[in-house]
Amino acid sequence: MNSPRFVRLAETGRAEIKLRIDGLEVRALEGDTLMVAMLGNVGHLRHSEFGGEVRSGFCLMGACQDCWVYDEQGDRIRACSTVARDGMQLRTTPQEVTWPNLA
Amino acid sequence: MTKPPIAADVVIVGGGLMGASAAFFLRRRGKSVVLLERGLVGQQASGVNFGNVRRQGRYLPQLPLAHRSRDIWGRLPQLIGEDAEFIPTGHVRVVYTEAHLAAVAKYAADAKGWGLDLEILGGDAVRKRFPFFGPEVVGGSYAPVDGHANPRLAAPAFGRAAKRSGAQVIENCEVIDIQKEGTDFRVTAKDGTVAKAPAALLCSGAWGGAMSAAFGEPVPIQPNGPTMAVTEPVPYGIIPVVGVSSPIAHEVVYFRQIKRGNIVFGGGRRNPAYLDERRAQVTPQFTLAQLHELRRVAPALSKLHVLRTWSGVEGYVADDIPIMGPSAKVSGLYYAFGFCGHGFQLGPGVGDVMAELIATGSTTTPIDPFHIRRFAAAPARTGAALA
Amino acid sequence: MAEPRVIVVGAGPAGVRAAEALVRSGVTPIVIDEGRRDGGQIYRRQPEGFTRPYAKLYGTEAPKAQSLHQAFEQLRARIDYRPDTLAWHVRPRELHVVSGTRTEVLPFDALIVCSGATDRLMPVPGWELAGCYSMGAAQIALKSQACSIGRRVVFMGTGPLLYLVASQYVKAGAQVQAVLDTSPAGLRVKALARLAARPGVLWHGLKLVAGLRSAGVPVLTGITPLAIAGTPEGGVTGIRVRDAGGRERAFDCDAVGLGYHLRAETQLADLARCEFRFDAESRQWLPAIDEDGRSSVRGVYLAGDGARILGADGAEAAGKLAALAALTDLARFPSDEEMVELRKTLQVMDRFRRGLIQAFPWPHEMAAQLPDHAVVCRCESISAGDLRRTVRELGACEMNRAKALCRVGMGRCQGRYCGHSAAEVVAHAAQLPIEQVGRLRGQGPVKPLAMAALQPVQEATP
Repeated sequence: MNSPRFVRLAETGRAEIKLRIDGLEVRALEGDTLMVAMLGNVGHLRHSEFGGEVRSGFCLMGACQDCWVYDEQGDRIRACSTVARDGMQLRTTPQEVTWPNLA
Repeated sequence: MTKPPIAADVVIVGGGLMGASAAFFLRRRGKSVVLLERGLVGQQASGVNFGNVRRQGRYLPQLPLAHRSRDIWGRLPQLIGEDAEFIPTGHVRVVYTEAHLAAVAKYAADAKGWGLDLEILGGDAVRKRFPFFGPEVVGGSYAPVDGHANPRLAAPAFGRAAKRSGAQVIENCEVIDIQKEGTDFRVTAKDGTVAKAPAALLCSGAWGGAMSAAFGEPVPIQPNGPTMAVTEPVPYGIIPVVGVSSPIAHEVVYFRQIKRGNIVFGGGRRNPAYLDERRAQVTPQFTLAQLHELRRVAPALSKLHVLRTWSGVEGYVADDIPIMGPSAKVSGLYYAFGFCGHGFQLGPGVGDVMAELIATGSTTTPIDPFHIRRFAAAPARTGAALA
Repeated sequence: MAEPRVIVVGAGPAGVRAAEALVRSGVTPIVIDEGRRDGGQIYRRQPEGFTRPYAKLYGTEAPKAQSLHQAFEQLRARIDYRPDTLAWHVRPRELHVVSGTRTEVLPFDALIVCSGATDRLMPVPGWELAGCYSMGAAQIALKSQACSIGRRVVFMGTGPLLYLVASQYVKAGAQVQAVLDTSPAGLRVKALARLAARPGVLWHGLKLVAGLRSAGVPVLTGITPLAIAGTPEGGVTGIRVRDAGGRERAFDCDAVGLGYHLRAETQLADLARCEFRFDAESRQWLPAIDEDGRSSVRGVYLAGDGARILGADGAEAAGKLAALAALTDLARFPSDEEMVELRKTLQVMDRFRRGLIQAFPWPHEMAAQLPDHAVVCRCESISAGDLRRTVRELGACEMNRAKALCRVGMGRCQGRYCGHSAAEVVAHAAQLPIEQVGRLRGQGPVKPLAMAALQPVQEATP
């Protein structure tokens, strides 16, 4: 069900990096955008707030804003325009309702 | 081009929340109504404000009107068939200094006598109840049944309800002349529409000053544009409406999260607004200043993004008190305008009170502090073309 | 005279050539680039460490891409280049920018906006499913990341990009299931007179189509999209269309590249309070410009696809011309002959542009045919039925009123991907001509602004 979406066609001779998606460790390549790093491993980036379906980005040029993912610190990252870095920890599920709480 | 005049018991000029709700409540009292609105119902201040349905913090003599209005907010579905997204989430006003906490506590003590029950919370208590508050917050005042609604929906909803109940609501109809001729008011619009009624209610918001001046009752009123913004939707975790109370104007920011998850915020500095433009622009620096203040009061907000900013034209009377009630000089003439950026919560109550006043000659809700006579100076006039 | 303060927004073909013309005339512009690297979208650069040669990335356009990138490299030291910087708002004579959380207010005497374009989208039921991408997105995935958007891809829409991206995918070894064009092939014949204004481009286009067919890719024209099939948890599984003969056709796929030519990114022009006019041929609102790129606001110039879709070559010429116009207005007199030549070039480009509109029209009739359940606003999940109810039951017959009452265009993309189609749905439901329903009013920020953004540091001297 959650198989990788994007298919690498070339440029695979790059150094490997590791990230976590929803706690699971996955591999990607240096120079990948976060979107490619994630969709090279899973089929979606997030859930639509109002439609319920999973979303996997749309425009890849920073215009649609459909590819924002949360990291484990609660920061939001636009996946298509952010370079993936080793050690990033992302989640594809929404935060809990306690997100604004300091304690 | 002349059209046959539309005759009614009451002609209302201005289709914001005040005019639309007055039209609705007048119909409930069996009065025939024609409402003329220059643009679309609810497009100006009524549609761009923050959406606070708040009683605490008001000038105390305004509380009876605010109570009456709050009661109507709670009964909107029964009255007009929709709720305009009103939810009684509670409203919490927080402060940054002990001195101001004392001021807010004094307000709470005084407000009790006016029928408003507030809970004062110290720093630890307010953070325990609402764990999103930052360390600078030293306390607050909580109003459990105040709340918020959607200003884009409220006035149009009243307008539709008024129409369904038989009011004539004419949009895209710019009033250019109001005259009293004998016992009737004759209101003429640019497109040739003419309305005649023995009673006229002027609800033209920031533009009301020109109309009252036409009847010899000028008031000191200025247009101003609020600095508003909204974030992306996030999980619904901030329930009450939040406002900062402070003697330092730029610290006074407020925010509310809607059920869909977006957070609407406003406050701080206001933008210039021009009556002839009918629209105001946000000064980008004012938005950035708001972000600074919002991060102080609720640090987790720094993770969000602003999707959209907007402003609009609100009317501010020099003494920060609205113009509401009968004319001091012309019989049959009534006013409800200039609500100084705090009229949204009052809107349904204003409409109900003005309907009662116009239909019966008096109202059980004290509104004398808002009487236009407080600015009386010039001699009476019978009206004029509007400059 | 004091050094004029000139800002160029955008580092694609228009922005780079504008900056180049300014530098040649002795002006040092600030160049604001939302991207990490110059090049814009059509000549988007691959990241460092990628090895594909220019010919592989840009095909027949490789020499132009190379020339543009080299031109920028030569400019670099002579401009104030701000990458990773978003122009989020503009007020009279001042541009508001943000980079990370750092904001700045940049005063200007002349602002040249080269904000480019995005794909233009017409909804089809199911387009909100994971795996459906814009046509440009499919191209960026390949060009910039050497990826295909899926294992089996269908391309649907209209416009030259449809054939270009599909061909690029085939050449790169991706599996292309079908190329589906809503425009009947006959329209290309009718548009020939205009398309012949640029015979090289026209010839190249014809070759692309032939190439797809000889690769065994089904190419259908005059189709009517019916639905993208799939599941909410798994995304796209297929696509259904009606062919020109009226028969229903289905294709299995796990990705769709969808797009109907391009739409100009006009938010900055709107916030600068430039006048807009409705362009009936392309059925969209565009900022009004004179032949040199001057907007209705003094000191604000618009060039490239952000003003009207002329393509990359047109953008280079328009960028240069707008810079020369700005220099003229700043009393630095550039070459008249150059400006005359550029105007001629742009006239040719414009003729071709109108040919493309004729050959690959925006399928506005699709909006009226959308079933009520079809999603129009992806961000807020507002359906065609929601829009129609807002018109019929709530009386909205203008776009901003529709937005206020039903939330269309209130999402993160700020109406970029729903604005045009929503207007078509509203116009049809209200039985009004499309231009009468207006357009979504521009509201800052141009793109989402981080709440962590700091106030600008106050300069010691004004």
